[in-house]
Amino acid sequence: MANSFKPTKPTEHGSASPNGMPLSTVRICDFTGQLAGAGATKWLAAFGAEVIRIEDPVNQGGWDILRNMAPFVDERTGPDLGGGFNNHNVEKRGITLNLRTDRGKEILSEIVKRSDVVSENFAAGVLDKWGFGWDQLRALREDIIYVSNCGFGHTGPYAKYKTWGPIVQAMSGLTFTSGMPDEEPAGWGYSYMDHTGGMYMAMGILFALIHKQRTGVGQWVDLSCTDTGLSLNGPAILDWTVNGRPSRRAGRPEGNRSASPPMAPHGIYACAGDDDWISIAVRSDADWGVLSEVIDVSWAKDAKWKTLAGRLADQDELDEKLGAWTQHLDKFELQTRIVDAGVPSAAVQKPPERVDHDPGTSEFGLWPEVDHAKMGRVRVDGLPAHFSKTDWVIERGAPCIGEHTDEVLSELLGYDPDMIAKLHEEGVV
Amino acid sequence: MSALQGTRVVEIASERIAFAGKLLGDMGADVVLVEPPGGEPSRGYPPFAEDQLGPDSSLYWWHYNTSKRSVVLDLERAAAREAFERLIEGADVLIESESPGRLAALAIDYDRLSEINPGLVHVSMTPFGRETSRRDEPATDLTILAGGGPAWSCGYDDHTIPPIRGGGNQGYQTGCHYAVLSALTAIFHHGVTGVGQFVDVSMHAAANVTTEMASYFYMIAGQTVVRQTGRHALPILSMPVQIECKDGRYATTGVPPRTPKGFGDLYDWLAELDLVDQLPEALFLDAARHRKSISFAEIGVDDEVTAIFGASRDAITLICQNSTADDFFNGAQRLGITVGAVLSPEEAYENPHFIERGFQVKVSHPERDEEIRYPGAPYKLPASPWQISRRAPQLGEHDEEILGGLGYDEAARSELC
Repeated sequence: MANSFKPTKPTEHGSASPNGMPLSTVRICDFTGQLAGAGATKWLAAFGAEVIRIEDPVNQGGWDILRNMAPFVDERTGPDLGGGFNNHNVEKRGITLNLRTDRGKEILSEIVKRSDVVSENFAAGVLDKWGFGWDQLRALREDIIYVSNCGFGHTGPYAKYKTWGPIVQAMSGLTFTSGMPDEEPAGWGYSYMDHTGGMYMAMGILFALIHKQRTGVGQWVDLSCTDTGLSLNGPAILDWTVNGRPSRRAGRPEGNRSASPPMAPHGIYACAGDDDWISIAVRSDADWGVLSEVIDVSWAKDAKWKTLAGRLADQDELDEKLGAWTQHLDKFELQTRIVDAGVPSAAVQKPPERVDHDPGTSEFGLWPEVDHAKMGRVRVDGLPAHFSKTDWVIERGAPCIGEHTDEVLSELLGYDPDMIAKLHEEGVV
Repeated sequence: MSALQGTRVVEIASERIAFAGKLLGDMGADVVLVEPPGGEPSRGYPPFAEDQLGPDSSLYWWHYNTSKRSVVLDLERAAAREAFERLIEGADVLIESESPGRLAALAIDYDRLSEINPGLVHVSMTPFGRETSRRDEPATDLTILAGGGPAWSCGYDDHTIPPIRGGGNQGYQTGCHYAVLSALTAIFHHGVTGVGQFVDVSMHAAANVTTEMASYFYMIAGQTVVRQTGRHALPILSMPVQIECKDGRYATTGVPPRTPKGFGDLYDWLAELDLVDQLPEALFLDAARHRKSISFAEIGVDDEVTAIFGASRDAITLICQNSTADDFFNGAQRLGITVGAVLSPEEAYENPHFIERGFQVKVSHPERDEEIRYPGAPYKLPASPWQISRRAPQLGEHDEEILGGLGYDEAARSELC
């Protein structure tokens, strides 16, 4: 390849980047939890931001329910052992701070003064209630960036309503547009908007950091996950505002078919094996010509399939015939045959297949292994981008409850061991 | 001042990378699209304004290319590549989704471009990344979501129905989210150090790490999640959550109440709707309001607690079936029960909540002498606001403005496409 970049193997991600980390000048006072918030600061931490998670010593970090949730590496359970929590909180430090106490609030104030960003994804108004709303944060540090991420934002008639990923997806059109025509919605089988809300939260933080780098000015970024979700339906919304054509109409949603751009066949077809499927997307008449050679059965050579118009006109019949052909074939063998011929096709991969047997992920170094204080060596989701000079580093597991309390109090705030011991005694940390 | 005001982005037009350019442009970057002669093919994607076909009337194009300017350059021509290099000289960022090898073959890949502009941030987003052995495989949004994991988790309890690709090109959009995060991270780093670099984004990898529990349940516990109608794919089958409402719309129900007051409120709501008679178990809800506490952990252990939770689930279902989706949503949320109505995109767009938050924005289309309503900001940054600065460019609209600005007169421009 022409560029000088060489992929980094997973084991090499641990080595410090020779050029320093892109965000090593950034400190984040982080209240985020679950995926919608923690996913945002995961990206930033992997690129060198110092992310300090603030957690409650009384309920053992219970703000983030993933701390206590399966999967677990073995029979042990508890707040330090949640597998999802580890996945989303690699490379962060964690401290405990009892914000019911005045001393706890003072310490938080000291941390805020030394931070560039305060991030949270509580329900609207929670931080304000603790005395750390936007006005107070700004009083502590004039150029602070405050990022709040909640389901409906901090304004509007639904501001007090609560959500999680599936509710966001329902309210923003995304559940509706995922499903077979005229059927109950299939929706998303995971919290797509927790992932995506987290990404937009990270973008919001980065936009605000860039703005501050250029102007010195901080700001409050109000992220509403439902706004974000709705913004992912662009062409459908314009079809409504320009043409008055609703998505709620006969024949919609389109299942696995493609109306924009029009393609046929375009679907997911059963293969031999247990719940095995293959996707095929025929982009053009040329693609069909190639695929019909691969199929090599007389029906496929029928003239009526040669043009897009012909294939669109009898899509039900075409899908049926194609499905009858695929159903006795192995999905990976079929994928190889179709892709080698130049037509887009991919087996619907199950997790073991794409994690352990797919060069598209392993060669990218997509599943780095981290060291966790109690879980040991655990593989996690890596990041889907490699930087030629300052690539991400994911080698440290998520923090156990209060794992870095003493370290942060000492390094960041300069507290001596006696002061720290006293804070432990008084239940402040 | 928008966050990226003064940042110049060159985008080699493609349907795959277009959303990344829009996200950067709507935050103030000056995005110059480089299109092939005849225009980028997605100018031909339906739907079209008033169903009139033409290179400047695709609503798909309109949406994904706001806040951009466009020039036509035939990069197969040496003269056009020279013009492209001059655009790069003045740029901060290049985003593109060309097939691996194409830019190298044209001698305009990062090694050349970084000689011209060492501070350049070059973000390449391709289906499988630039370096993996799968890099040359053809792919579309469908095949990326199928091979990358999302489709496995989406669909119905009935597994004779295929896994479902969620609508709206979310495979491309997810790739673009990571491309934008990459660009912003590298722009910030450049702001500190002056160093530019090359970023290799894989859409397949992006899909793989955007499956929530599917990957880590396998990596940590060796378990495989399976798809379920309208709810999370999990290793085991969970209780259905989606219910059809009186108006034919669906609602997604959530976790039932957990407090004595919550159960009492639910009983009162049943009574208000005159539904108590239809649910004999409702008496457990009425009784629950007098308890000191109720714990999830007692389900299956304490018969009364089990009955209370069972009754609350049945009550929510019954209310849902006897309400419109909107009434159910508002009624439940006001009682602190987290539920959602399954809205279509246009229903959400016209919903008072989103309207009050300013989600509907108007964009001027001078060629039509009208303003058109567009989807609004995905985030609110009051000091550096999101804004659609202009509608999508018409084919060749800024050739003169941009190429003329680089010193190309009309005759010289004719050599470029």
